[in-house]
This record gives sequence, C-alpha cells and structure tokens, in this order.
Amino acid sequence: MLKFLTENHYEAGAIILFGIGFLNLLLQDNLIKKFIGLNIMDTAVYLFLVAQGYIVGHTAPIAQAGEAALATKFVNPIPSGLVLTGIVVSVSVTAFSLALVLRLYKKYKTLSLDAVLELLKEDKEDESNP
Amino acid sequence: MNLILNIPFFSIFLAMFGGIVTVLIKKGDNARRLHMTITSITAVLSFILLLYTYYGRQRFTFMMGHFPAPWGNELKAGPLEAMFALLFSVVMFLSIGGGKLLIKKDVLPEKQGFYFIIMNMIFGSMLALIYTNDLFTAYVFIEINTICSCALIMAKDSGNSIIATIHYLIMSLLGSGFILFSIALLYSITGQLLMPQLKESVTLLLQSGRYNFQLTIIVALFTIGIAIKSALFPFHTMLPGAYDSANTSSSAVLSGLVLKSYIILLIKVYYCVFTIDMIRSMRISNLLFFLGLCGMVAGSLMALKERRIKRELAYSSVAQIGYIYMGIGLGSDLGIEAAVLHIIAHALAKSLLFIVVGRMKDVSLSQDYNHCLKCAAHKDPVAGIGFLVGTFSIIGVPLFAGFASKLYLSIASFISPVKMAAALIIIAASMILNAMYFIPPTVDIWSPVHVGDGNYGPRAKMSKSFVMACVAFIAINFFVGINYKYIVHIVELGIQLMG
Amino acid sequence: MKNDAGKWEKFFKWINGETTLDSVILAKSRRKRFLKRKLRQQKAQIMANKLKRSKRKIENVICLIVAAIFIGILLYTASGLPICGRWENPANNEVTKRYIEKGVEETGAVNLVSGMILDYRAFDTFGESCVLFTAVICVAILLKRDKNNTDITEDTETAEDDAISNADGNLILKLSAKIVTPFILLYGIYVILNGHLSPGGGFSGGAIIGAGLILYTTAFGQESTRRFFTYETFKKISSGCLLVYCFSKGYSFFTGGNHLESMIPLGKPGNILSGGLILPLNICVGIIVACTMYGIYSFFTKGDI
Repeated sequence: MLKFLTENHYEAGAIILFGIGFLNLLLQDNLIKKFIGLNIMDTAVYLFLVAQGYIVGHTAPIAQAGEAALATKFVNPIPSGLVLTGIVVSVSVTAFSLALVLRLYKKYKTLSLDAVLELLKEDKEDESNP
Repeated sequence: MNLILNIPFFSIFLAMFGGIVTVLIKKGDNARRLHMTITSITAVLSFILLLYTYYGRQRFTFMMGHFPAPWGNELKAGPLEAMFALLFSVVMFLSIGGGKLLIKKDVLPEKQGFYFIIMNMIFGSMLALIYTNDLFTAYVFIEINTICSCALIMAKDSGNSIIATIHYLIMSLLGSGFILFSIALLYSITGQLLMPQLKESVTLLLQSGRYNFQLTIIVALFTIGIAIKSALFPFHTMLPGAYDSANTSSSAVLSGLVLKSYIILLIKVYYCVFTIDMIRSMRISNLLFFLGLCGMVAGSLMALKERRIKRELAYSSVAQIGYIYMGIGLGSDLGIEAAVLHIIAHALAKSLLFIVVGRMKDVSLSQDYNHCLKCAAHKDPVAGIGFLVGTFSIIGVPLFAGFASKLYLSIASFISPVKMAAALIIIAASMILNAMYFIPPTVDIWSPVHVGDGNYGPRAKMSKSFVMACVAFIAINFFVGINYKYIVHIVELGIQLMG
Repeated sequence: MKNDAGKWEKFFKWINGETTLDSVILAKSRRKRFLKRKLRQQKAQIMANKLKRSKRKIENVICLIVAAIFIGILLYTASGLPICGRWENPANNEVTKRYIEKGVEETGAVNLVSGMILDYRAFDTFGESCVLFTAVICVAILLKRDKNNTDITEDTETAEDDAISNADGNLILKLSAKIVTPFILLYGIYVILNGHLSPGGGFSGGAIIGAGLILYTTAFGQESTRRFFTYETFKKISSGCLLVYCFSKGYSFFTGGNHLESMIPLGKPGNILSGGLILPLNICVGIIVACTMYGIYSFFTKGDI
C-alpha cells in the first residue's frame, strides 16, 4: 500500500482530497463551508480522472504542422475532455447551491445549519399552537 | 432512411429546444401550452416507437454523430425504453394539466416562464437517461436532473422550502459524487465509456480475475450513489420535507418520474455493463433486497405517524421505492420485470394522488394544520373518486394498476426459500399497513362538515383541466390494471433484448 | 470631553484601518438595524449551542470513523489500479489511437481535445451547455428581485453602501479597469477563436470574457454595464446561441445517425476557418459562458442584470 501511495501519488492524493471534502460536508456547521466541501469532493474526482490520462514523456495533444500525429507522442486526450465537461458541471452546481444559501441567509439571517433548524422548530411550534 | 429510428434523438432535442425557446416567451400560459404540446408530441412518437420495436422485436442503435461506438456517442432504443418514454410523457402531460390552476396560484407570474423551462429541461434529461448508451453522458444528464428537481421544489417559495431544498440538494449531490467516482474507477481499469464495449471489457476482466475487488467496489459505489438519489431506505430523509413544501405538479413529477429515472438507469447499467449474474455473485443484490424490505416496513410505519397528507404521501413513496428495490434485489429476470411493473404502477398512482390532494387542499373548508382535507370530497367529487382509485392502486386491490406488480413480485420471489418467506410476509404486512395509513385521510375527505343551512356549502368551481386529467389518470389506472398481460409481454421482450 | 476623546479614538482607528468609514459617518439607524440582526443571530446560536454540545461530539466522532473507513476502503481499492503514466494502461487503447491519429483529418481541428469534445463526443458538450443554462435560470428563479425576496431594510443598506463607494472615488480601480478590460476582452476573444488551433476553446475564452465584464462592472457600477447589457439582451443572446448550437448539432447528429453525408466543409487544418462546425460552436459556447458568468455575478450582487 505504501508503494501505491508513492507511485500513484495523484490517485492517492485525489482520494485523500475526496475524504477531506466528505468530512467538510459532514462536520462543518456553516452552510457555505458544507458546499465548498462538496465542491472539493468533485474536484478530487476530476484530479483522479485527469491522472488516468497522463503518460510519462508525452506532450499535450496538439498536432504540430508538418509532423504526423502519432499516439506515441501525445497524452491521452479523453480524460482532459471529460474533466472539461465536469468542471463546468461542478461550477453550475456550486453557483446554484450558493444562491440557495444566499436566500436562506436573507430569510433567517444566519449561516449556521444548527441555528436554522432551531429557528425552524420554533416556527413549527408557533404554527401548530396558534 | 427510416424516420422512426430518429424518434429517440428527436424527442430529446425537442424537449431541450422547448426549454431554450421558453426563455423568450413572455406569458406563463403560452409557456405552459408549449410544454404540453411538446409532451403530447413525444407521447405520440414514443407510442409509434413502441409499436415498431415490439412488433419488430428489435433494439436498435442510433449514432449521435458520424462515428460509431466506441468513438462517438450513441442512443439505444428498444421496447422497454419506448414504453418508459411513453409513460413519462403521459404522466408529465397529465400532471401539468391537472395542476394548472395551482401552478398559477403558487408560482409568481413573472417566474412562471422559468418554471416551464425547468419542466422542459427535466423532461429532456429524463428521456436522455432512458435512451443513453454512454456512462458519462448519463452523468451529465443526472446533474441536469439534480439541479432541475431542486429548482422545482424551490418554485413554490413557501415557509420552509429553502431548507428542504438545501437538504435535497446535498443528498443528491453526494449521490452524484459517488456515481462519478465509480465511472472514473471503471474508466481507469477498462478505458471505455460506452456500454457495449464496457460489457466486453468487464466480462474479460472477470474471467481473468484480476480486478475483482475493484469491480465490486465500483458496482457498490454506483449502486449506493443511485440509491441515495432515489431515496432508498436509510437515505430517504430528504423526501418528506421536499414534497411537503413543493408545488402539486412538482411533487407529482418528482415522486412519480424523477426518482424512477435513476432506477431505470440502474437497471440499464446492470444489464448492459455488468451482468445480472455478476451482481448476484457479488451479493450486492442481497443488500438491495434487505434495504428494500426495510424500506417497505419503515416507510409505512412512518406514514402512520404523520398527519400532514403530503408528508404521508412522501413516506408512502419511500415504501413503494422499497418494493422496487426488493424486486431488483431478487437478482433474476423475473424480479427485474416485477420491479419495472411496479415503476409503471407507482408512477400512475402516486402522480394521481398528488394532483388530487393538491386540488382537495385548495377547495377544502378547513384550513387546520392537521386536518386540511376535511369535507374536500363533497366539494369536488371527482377528486374524491380519484383519491379512492389512487389509494386502491397503491394498496394493490385487483383491477387496479398496483395489483399486477405485487402479484409478479410475489411470483418472482420463489427463487429461493429464504427470500420467498421474507418477501411474502413483508408484502402482506406492508399491504395491511398501506391500508391502515390511508384510512384517516379517506375518512377526512368524506366526513361531512355542515355549513349554515345543513348542507356542505356550494360545490367548488369546477376546473376543467383538473377533471380531464383526473379522469384520464383513472382510466389509465384501470386499463393497466385490467390489461396487465400486454404490459408484461412488452417488459419481458424488452428485458430479453437488453440482456 | 468624553465625546471628543471617543471621536479621536475613532479617527485613529480609521487611520490604522481597524474600522471602516461608514461606521464613522453613518447614522444611528443603521447601527440599530445591525445590532438587532446580530442579536437574533446570537440568540439562535446560543440555543443551538446549548442543546447540541455533547450530542455534537459523539456525532463528530462517528462521522470521523465512517469517513476514515470509507477512505481506507477507497485507498485499498485504488492501490490495485494500473500505475499512473504507463503506456500499457487500459486507458490507452484503440479509442485514443484513432482520436490522435485520425483526429486532424476527421474533425479538421488541430487541438485534438477540442476536436474530441465538439465532434466525437459532442452530445456530452451539448448536455454541459444545457447544465450551464439551467443553472443560470435556477439562480434567476431564486435571486431575481420579486415581492418575496426583496427587503426594504436591505435595499436601504445597499443604497447606502453604493453611495459610500461612489463618494470614495475608487480612482485606482477605475483607471486600471479602463486600461486592462479591453485587453482582457481581446484575449478572451483570441482564446475562443483559436480554440481548435491551440489550447483554449469556448469554455475558457468565455470565462475570460466574463471575468472582464465583472471587472468592468465592479469598477464602474452596474449602471454603466446596463447601457449595453440588459436582462433582455441576456435572454436573447443566451437563447439565440443555444438555439444555434442545438440546430447545428441536431443537423450533425441527424446526418450522422442516418448515415448521410454532412455538407459542412472541413477546410485546411491550421487555418482559422477550418474544423467544420467547431469554430461556430466554440463562438456560441464562449458567448453563453460569458453571459452566464456575468449573469450569475449580477444576480448575486444586485438581484437583477
């Protein structure tokens, strides 16, 4: 396992980053930090995916004029394309979730999940005992 | 050039086109009419496709672009996919039609156009999930589904809809994260993204026995991701708050269709990437069977405690999703067929229930927090009858849609004695519990509340769109309940062609 | 005397940067509103803390253990994967070979990644543009000003903020924005147009243009951007570009799926006008991304474009 951590350090780093993002999601009380944790989880998976495309000694997949494009010269272009799509998806989702947090803040004036649940409980009790 | 082969591609693009064009439409009514036109056109096209693939007994591939798999994207359509597309278009059409007045009431006038953009987008992405032949495309459209479903919950803008949406969003995104990770792991050991090539690679890898542990983790991660998104038992906490604070049509579409689109993707991946035998040998199907059983019981027990009708319907959905996963967990073709039948039955019944409940809350006399449905059926008898039909379908009374699926679930469980015993006992218990928690609302809606001169007060103003949608739903429920043999044939052929 | 000492303290604090100008200048009403909001926040926080202190510790420990086990399993799984960077990995197979070796002649693009995402796997990119569009529509549903999410107190506070920042002059920001923004926009346009010839493409170029627009708006205020970019413009441009994308890709998929010849010429690789549909698609995507970035920024700050 230690050999894995040193040789495949990109994949190992990606999985540890996934764990850090997951812990942020579970343990943080501030809602913005929770969503940043989700963002970190997605970024970790993209790091993992990009690392699959790398080949030692090859260059970026842009064909040079006059030279034949051989698969032995270029890095695998597929993971780069997938991560391009993924990053845009991740940005969209983060924008939407932060808009939700902004609406929540405007209504409850706090960013802490525990505090919001407490206020909700109060409101529910007020509603059922008029 | 066979135009019928273009139907899957055309349906997806029509829905997306509708979503994009709706930005420019100023009046909410015109946006709604465009959406309903699109869903009705898709329903007709899907019916034609269903006839073509069923009588032609084929499952064809449509190249998206000029390159075949594995170099380009593909769509694959067979009788099962066509039937799902037909079901989704019809249910969506009737849900929007039945909830028309409530959408006008709940959503602000200047935001109604946005609401129908989201409805078009979610329809397009569900169709893409049904027809896709590529895993990464499935992930991108899953994300569209996630964002759109949260926007649908938030559209009503009521009391605690924000915190319910945030809860739903966090759980959904967690599920998506797991699905993406499993796709990345699968790519790293096979190097393929399209399902036919993935199946070949996975079969070779299984035979060589090299990456067995990795394959198990991949299947487990994918299954858990989809289970979180479709609210299987321990992950169901996001549903009650979401359905309680959402608009009627949103709840109908979310509960009836969106949860099922993920399960359909799971079934497709189980057949077209891994094989059912592999799933069974990894014991993942046992885990799904167990969680399905727990969901059936826990959902019904929690529904008994609830007094707010929409939360009861949400817990009832949790129980019905448990039935579907129990069918998948049996790990045989017959079990999957039963699960598919239950998907159809539940989509029809639950959407009808949500539409009816929305209408009854609107017209009822009582505004009490807990008994908001009192005397509603006397105000709008069509709604009362609709509620009865939906309830009988969920309980599983013969002649209604829910009966066929429970019958086939019981038959499919004969695969092993232990599973048979557990399944039959829990199905019976769950049917009794279902009946029990539907009794208080039924009593409520038919209970008389005298106003003034001894009558129930004037009937509520008849809503043509609601009556037509409700009658159509009731008719389809009876049709599916009586003619279930045809549906079973279509499903059998579809699954045979997939595997 | 005490008042004078208080004022001198505030003055020194302002010089040292420990307090802002508005707390010195501003009326008592703003401070009262601020204090009331703080009080409600504190009350809610105290309630939350009181009830959950010990329960939270147990929950934290359980979460840590669950996460540790999960990451441990994932690390063990990944340790059996092929080693990163090797030529013999399963990921380098016939798919990669064809993309690299035939990519230039089949798609016309010199940048093989652009050729892949806009020609071979164009359906994914279509889905991705739709995700971006859907996200900005959802942000508009949530944050566009309507009678449910406007608050008079917040509006007055925002107006006061604007008055302060305008009174300040912001000379350095305005002058540098005036000089730098044209270059940013030009660079963004260059990246979009050269997407199929060099690293870049619609998404990166669009993000750069969006950043330029955001810088301009931050320096000169939203009124100046509204002269050429209103909500109507945003609607028309976004839907127009997405429709062009939808129809051109629809044509491409239709001809491909029915095994017809696509009439789009591929041009000579290396020219700007080459790559078939890739250049128009890059432009459409770039415009959509720029509008989306700017749109999300304005919805967050002002509630309207």
